[in-house]
Amino acid sequence: MLTRRNLMAAAAAAALIAAAPAFADDLAAMPREKVELVAPPFIHPHEQATQRPPSIVEFKMTIQEKDMVIDEKGTKIHAMTFNGSIPGPMMVVHQGDYVELTLVNPETNTMAHNIDFHAATGALGGAELSLVNPGEQVTIRWKATRAGVFVYHCAPGGPMIPWHVVSGMNGAVMVLPRDGLKDENGKPLHYDRAYYIGEQDFYVPRDDKGDYKTYDSLADSYPDTEEVMRKLIPTHVVFNGKEGALTGKNALSAKVGETVLFVHSEANRDSRPHIIGGHGDYVWETGKFANPPQKDLETWFIRGGSAGAALYTFREPGLYAYVSHNLIEAVELGAAAHIKVQGQWNDDLMKQVRPPGPIGGATAGLLDGARPRPN
Amino acid sequence: MSFAMLAKGSAAIAAALTPLVWFAGAGHDRSPTRDPIAVVRIDPGAFAYRQSGEFDRDGQPVNAPQRATRFDRPFFMMTTQVSAALYRRCVAAGACAPLGRSGSARADLPAVGVSWRDATAFAQWLSRETGQSWRLPTDAEWAFAAGARFTDDAVVETDGSFAQRWLTKYDQETALAQSLPAAPQPFGAFGANERGLEDLSGNVWEWTDTCFERQALDASSRPTAPPVVNCGVKVVEGAHRAYVSDFVRDARAGGCSVGAPPSHLGFRLVRDEPGLIAATLRLLRGAGRRG
Repeated sequence: MLTRRNLMAAAAAAALIAAAPAFADDLAAMPREKVELVAPPFIHPHEQATQRPPSIVEFKMTIQEKDMVIDEKGTKIHAMTFNGSIPGPMMVVHQGDYVELTLVNPETNTMAHNIDFHAATGALGGAELSLVNPGEQVTIRWKATRAGVFVYHCAPGGPMIPWHVVSGMNGAVMVLPRDGLKDENGKPLHYDRAYYIGEQDFYVPRDDKGDYKTYDSLADSYPDTEEVMRKLIPTHVVFNGKEGALTGKNALSAKVGETVLFVHSEANRDSRPHIIGGHGDYVWETGKFANPPQKDLETWFIRGGSAGAALYTFREPGLYAYVSHNLIEAVELGAAAHIKVQGQWNDDLMKQVRPPGPIGGATAGLLDGARPRPN
Repeated sequence: MSFAMLAKGSAAIAAALTPLVWFAGAGHDRSPTRDPIAVVRIDPGAFAYRQSGEFDRDGQPVNAPQRATRFDRPFFMMTTQVSAALYRRCVAAGACAPLGRSGSARADLPAVGVSWRDATAFAQWLSRETGQSWRLPTDAEWAFAAGARFTDDAVVETDGSFAQRWLTKYDQETALAQSLPAAPQPFGAFGANERGLEDLSGNVWEWTDTCFERQALDASSRPTAPPVVNCGVKVVEGAHRAYVSDFVRDARAGGCSVGAPPSHLGFRLVRDEPGLIAATLRLLRGAGRRG
């Protein structure tokens, strides 16, 4: 909420209001809605299409600097996070809504932080208006003028920008068209479930023996980490902040016949989502819903610093792997998730006609049987 | 006097006076000198062995049959997995390939990041050093020795469909591996089984010498043809059974291979009980038996 005190404190914010004098009056009457965020890969409940008039949607995120384990070997880093998760939670609104975010930087943190929304217009995506020191909070509001999935990330200036991003401070916003998603002919598209896959590249320094180093504090880790970052070769590329975060007991789930929306973001680096055993039925590769979706894709490209969305209806049960199809990154660096799909198998789509066995074994038998017998 | 010294010949005795001193050999197992290789004697016996490998009936994957399996002779199995320190000695001797980064040389931690080839090279080196015949266990030997720590990997049948069986196996393996700590733990951390073997089915999977087999079965679970055997892939045992290519040192995988891979690959060795006469002969011949 823009109080008199905030206006006096933030000259830039005042300038923004002054530029649109009628703005504040319109918004005073606008309905408000408060949304509780949930940690990825889940997305807070939302309408896919909405009848309600544009509203101000209030979100709150608390920045948490904390130690996080990023692989199955137990490698620990000093992470920086929006709301405690990597990636930060996804925010969903509809085109024409206003996102009003309160960003809290608790006193226990050590760094200044802010937020740049790629979906927002002006003020460096909000970064210029949202820098908070430990012990401060800020509220910014921006209008969701474009429909699509968009990255947000911390951007506190200079070399701090990439460092905060590769330490975990990024997430995504989904701005849905008010009448929902549509195919290339304008026919409505729906999903039964939605998952948000946030991909994260990490650059963890190693010691002389090749072991990952640990540091007393976030600041202590910076010089070595920057050196690794500048070589551009990540030590980890993971989904949901940790190798294996979306496999095993945390594997995603779906049912045959269900349509699943996969939103994929990478705030820093290119990625190539691919569902092993499946497809992208409708894919907004660049993530912006005013463009018609591409159809029947095998792999789609997520440009570093963007998010994309893919709809897929599962047709066979069993396990699927959702990977970045640079398979070195998927298998060696961690960019893989699993999807458990329940349902009835369809032999028409796939069948093992004859199980593995000795070469020539069963086939030879059949041929022998078919051979005319000598009289 | 140890086999280590004998093996190197009298001229090299002084050089062989390293901390590497073994049991004096068969019959002396209870009087180790320094650095004993603790073993547990596995007495003869029988058990129902859930066979390793993949089996199918009418083209559908099915659980491996259980076969009544007997061991008529005792064998000895290392009480713990081979330690990082012991493996390091093999490396120092030039007989084993160095392990990857973070190769700790602690005597109380297992050697991990070990391939079947590494384990086999180690067994050959240890056999030369000790004059004893060390080898990897077969999967049946491992299962028999593991006793209550052996995990039956039969899938609890659901509706019999291939996809459901696949998902159930995934969940079973996930549940088994779920509570394990990430890093290798000091020996004893996972406790001993009823025979006194330490840390079976902890977070270190152990190589066996058993090859991967695929077998078609008839309605009475009898083979319909000889199995197809692939010895480039070996059975590894632990919290659940897995099949791993023999040159692989780290079976963790996040991508295409869908399942719960072994956390760490290590090993322990077995040796057969030598006859007393054979042992004596070996002792006498010891000085001559190199390489």
